Amino acid sequence: MSRPGLLAAALALAAPAAVAQQVDLQVAPQIVGDAIPASLTGQPGAAARGRAIVANRGVGLCLLCHSGPIVEERFQGDLAPNLAGAGSRWSEGQLRLRIVDGSRLNADTIMPPYYRTSGLRRVARNFQGKTILSAAQIEDVVAYLATLKD
Amino acid sequence: MIARHFGIGLAIVFIASYALAQGMADKGGTDKRRSGTQDMGGVLQKMQDDDTANPGMLFVQLGGELWGKASGASGKSCADCHGSVASMKGVAARYPAIPKGADAPVDLEGRIDLCRTANQRAGSLTSESRELLALTAYVAHQSRGFPITPPDDPRLAPFRARGEKLWQARQGQLNLSCAICHDDNAGKKLAGVTIPEAHPTGYPIYRLEWQTLGSLKRRLRNCLAGIRAEPYAYDAPEYVMLDLFLMDRARGMMLESPGVRP
Ligand code: HEC
Ligand code: HEC
Repeated sequence: MSRPGLLAAALALAAPAAVAQQVDLQVAPQIVGDAIPASLTGQPGAAARGRAIVANRGVGLCLLCHSGPIVEERFQGDLAPNLAGAGSRWSEGQLRLRIVDGSRLNADTIMPPYYRTSGLRRVARNFQGKTILSAAQIEDVVAYLATLKD
Repeated sequence: MIARHFGIGLAIVFIASYALAQGMADKGGTDKRRSGTQDMGGVLQKMQDDDTANPGMLFVQLGGELWGKASGASGKSCADCHGSVASMKGVAARYPAIPKGADAPVDLEGRIDLCRTANQRAGSLTSESRELLALTAYVAHQSRGFPITPPDDPRLAPFRARGEKLWQARQGQLNLSCAICHDDNAGKKLAGVTIPEAHPTGYPIYRLEWQTLGSLKRRLRNCLAGIRAEPYAYDAPEYVMLDLFLMDRARGMMLESPGVRP
């Protein structure tokens, strides 16, 4: 693929066709301190699936801003802390809250709220009322990050 | 007397070197602003600087043909009213502006389309049409190397202020603002791409990814899509307000149209 084409795909700036989830947030995630201790689905996630989500710039979008130990992805961001070691720094519950809605911890954070649909402005029509990741995807990502020990 | 001359001489030298720092890489000048051109690789910079390699120049050429072509009920060409395109020097450097008799600003494309509909009495040219892009590129090219000089029209202030508000506001599913990327994180890498400062110095640009020329509006729509925000309608005033804000933020920087971007 040519460099421009690759970048277009990388940034997902061309066609915002990525997976979006119609959510039911009937059960609001229970925040305890700086964490959401319980799984959003009641089930543990799968680390291998989580890795694929993190690596995919059109789905997880994580590598737009973060770098991480995903060697096959050449283009990674440097707007945010490296994900390497995230599983040593944080418990699964802490990781879960940081992905669900980091603004609960830092009102000015630039990290997108992956499991919140309220308080957002001018969301594109095809993403309205949908969270960036589904509850199950978030559990997969949490399971993957928990494996990233220093 | 001598001291005074010396002072003026110094001032001129200062201004000249300031201008130089703007046009090229900032060589230790006090102005740290960077055109997006400076964030590109050398190959693309060369392509932009070489008129025989810059694909935007084909549109400038086409614009030149359109400039001389009569059209509409008036049977007149742009040249019939404006004469040589040299009369357009510096014009692109001071848009958006409020046309005579109007009370809201238009961007350069909008001004050209006004001439087209009101003076030539021809059909309106749609956004991103080949003709409108070509005429815009032809006019903008006349201001290459001119410093951006927004007009001193106090009526523009409220529109510019609204542009700045839009710039600062978080929006879209990713909940990001223009300022977060282009003020706070410019120069850093978003995936593999250096985030530019977003100065509108090169527009319209030939973007290799588009394989054609495109307007600032199209660029802004790309950024809106990137953060999963609903793009403003093509004829929305928001683009003009953002353009006004960006031109003021880039005041004094050199126009480089037609720019080349990856
Ligand atoms: C638009 C930028 C952006 C995106 C996209 C993003 N993050 Fe973040 N993230 C940040 C920033 C900035 C921080 C630093 C803390 C803060 O500012 O709140 C952060 C913090 C974190 C932390 C805590 C890091 C630490 O060690 O302290 C984790 C874990 C994390 N992000 C994971 C993710 C995952 C997983 C994804 C994708 C599913 C993701 N991030 C997407 C910007 C982003
Ligand atoms: C998530 C980060 C991000 C956000 C938010 C963002 N942009 Fe951008 N913008 C970029 C990147 C990256 C590029 C250049 C890379 C490319 O070619 O796609 C760019 C390019 C631009 C350019 C072209 C600069 C040049 O030199 O040609 C302009 C102008 C611009 N953006 C304005 C805006 C405006 C206005 C907004 C808000 C409506 C905005 N951007 C929001 C990341 C962002």
